[in-house]
Amino acid sequence: MANEVNHGRRRFLAGSTALIGGVGVVVTAIPFIESWLPSARAKSAAAPVTVDISKIEQGQMVRYGWRGLPVFIVNRTQEQLAGLPAQDSRLKDPKSENTDQQPKYCQNEYRSIKPEWLVVIGICTHLGCVPDYKGEVKPEPFDPNWKGGFYCPCHKSRYDMSARVYDGVPAPANLVVPPYHFVDDTHVQIGVDPNGASA
Amino acid sequence: MTEHVTIRPRNRLLAWIEERLPILSFTASHTTGYYAPKNFNVMYYFGSLALLVLVNQIVTGIFLTMFYTPTADGAFSSVEYIMRDVNWGWLIRYMHEVGASMFFVVVYLHMFRGLMYGSYKKPRELVWLLGMLIFLALMAEAFMGYVLPWGNMSFWGAKVIITLFSAVPVIGKDLVTWIMGDFIPSGATLNRFFALHVIALPLVLLLLVVLHLSALHEVGSNNPDGVEIKQKKGPDGHPLDGIPFHPYYTVKDLFGVGIFLILCAFIIFFEPTVGGWFLEHDNFIPANNLVTPAEIKPVWYFTPFYAILRVIPSKGLGVIALLCSIVVLFLVPWLDRGKVKSIRYRGTGYKVALAMFAIVFVLLGSIGAGKTTEWIPEIFGPNADLTFIENTFGRILTFLYFGYFLFLWAYTYFGWEKTKPVPERVTVVQH
Repeated sequence: MANEVNHGRRRFLAGSTALIGGVGVVVTAIPFIESWLPSARAKSAAAPVTVDISKIEQGQMVRYGWRGLPVFIVNRTQEQLAGLPAQDSRLKDPKSENTDQQPKYCQNEYRSIKPEWLVVIGICTHLGCVPDYKGEVKPEPFDPNWKGGFYCPCHKSRYDMSARVYDGVPAPANLVVPPYHFVDDTHVQIGVDPNGASA
Repeated sequence: MTEHVTIRPRNRLLAWIEERLPILSFTASHTTGYYAPKNFNVMYYFGSLALLVLVNQIVTGIFLTMFYTPTADGAFSSVEYIMRDVNWGWLIRYMHEVGASMFFVVVYLHMFRGLMYGSYKKPRELVWLLGMLIFLALMAEAFMGYVLPWGNMSFWGAKVIITLFSAVPVIGKDLVTWIMGDFIPSGATLNRFFALHVIALPLVLLLLVVLHLSALHEVGSNNPDGVEIKQKKGPDGHPLDGIPFHPYYTVKDLFGVGIFLILCAFIIFFEPTVGGWFLEHDNFIPANNLVTPAEIKPVWYFTPFYAILRVIPSKGLGVIALLCSIVVLFLVPWLDRGKVKSIRYRGTGYKVALAMFAIVFVLLGSIGAGKTTEWIPEIFGPNADLTFIENTFGRILTFLYFGYFLFLWAYTYFGWEKTKPVPERVTVVQH
């Protein structure tokens, strides 16, 4: 009896040792994996910014930095705004139904709080390049019926004057509208909602 | 295949060591005891050349780490410091940079050789799989190395490639932040890529190379006739068509090394950027997260795969196609059901298909490198619809790329291939 090997017990001991050891390895891996998340310093660098928009002329675009991201602010002309409704049939998401791409208060034709002021993050939703502002309503090599908008030089994605993406281009979604609000008529704070909640 | 050789040194110290650690016997077994087919041709240089380049990358890389600063503020200027102030720094960096591109030159030729002579077929499937894993590790290694100089193309290349992971369902966006360690590529990204580039991936590469060679030495080398030499053995027990790797192939490979080094030296000393192909012009501008280069394109060795991503007008499908274009290469040993290994005795369909595949691969590369963007207005006039023509052309090529593998399977599975008789012994030209 004493010399017989209990194989069942051996299997149980080997299996349970491997299981407990495996759990230990997984738990030990957590700190190493989480060390790759943004550090406290990276997070604190992501504070809201307030910008002065009084010098932006009609039809002009100015870029600001927020969280290291380029934010485009455009003072849209009546001509640019008038061209928007006609684009709907050529767009992927004309009604801004993809709610990840803008706050609720910007889910409208102009994708903005005030129709003339467009505030978007200038990062192409395809692979993160910075699109060019092509604001003039005139035929362009990439579109003979161009009504103004944004054109990404990397993979030729196009967006209209509300930064809504056209059909038939690689980008899957409209440009992101960051949370923002008007502090007064000439100042916009990026990163904070009109109700004061910060992103 | 390896024949075990036992060495009994007369020198008492060597004998003492050999009894405890048979290192001389091991070395002899894998050199003078390794019988390789006697009919290797020029396509058989690239394995040993890949090993040579790996050694070059490790040695020059170790020296570069002595002068490079892996921080967002310091990286770009430390590369300039290496180029201008460090004694011979320019040479060491150019050897590393040209070595990276030459690595892909020899690896692509090495892989093409495998396709030509059926070196992936039974019993060498694992040799092929391990080789593909090396290729995968090499791509990751090259990508991260490319980010380190922190030029503008480094930055945007990193951004585009990391953003590919956002196509993963549900966790995509968090995954991208996790990889970057920030909300955009930053010093945190650069630092971890440095660690992976200089420690983690080289260790993985070395381990895979050892496994690749071990698997090869177990089953023995294939050859341009696709004949198994170990099936015909002489009275001495050695394969009739085999010759010991050392001295016969060490000498042959040394000759290849000489030619290869002359070519590399010419590039390093006279044209180290190869007109923007090995080192892109936009990477001589420091990283700037607010300005995208006019056209983001990877270094030449990634361009065929990048083209497949670019011509598909859907982010999810583009990433899936890119992934599949590499995964499908892993499956080649099981897609090809043909019994005949070498292209010399395979059907005409196979020869045409492989030639087409090579051409398609190069043309896809020309799209990925942005060359078609220059060519299309020249061919079709300035008013041509560039996007449409480029996408159509690229999609046809993508279809042909995957078509090759589909054809390979159908051609061999349904028995459409008309092969020629394979000789009993390897063929050699008498001189």
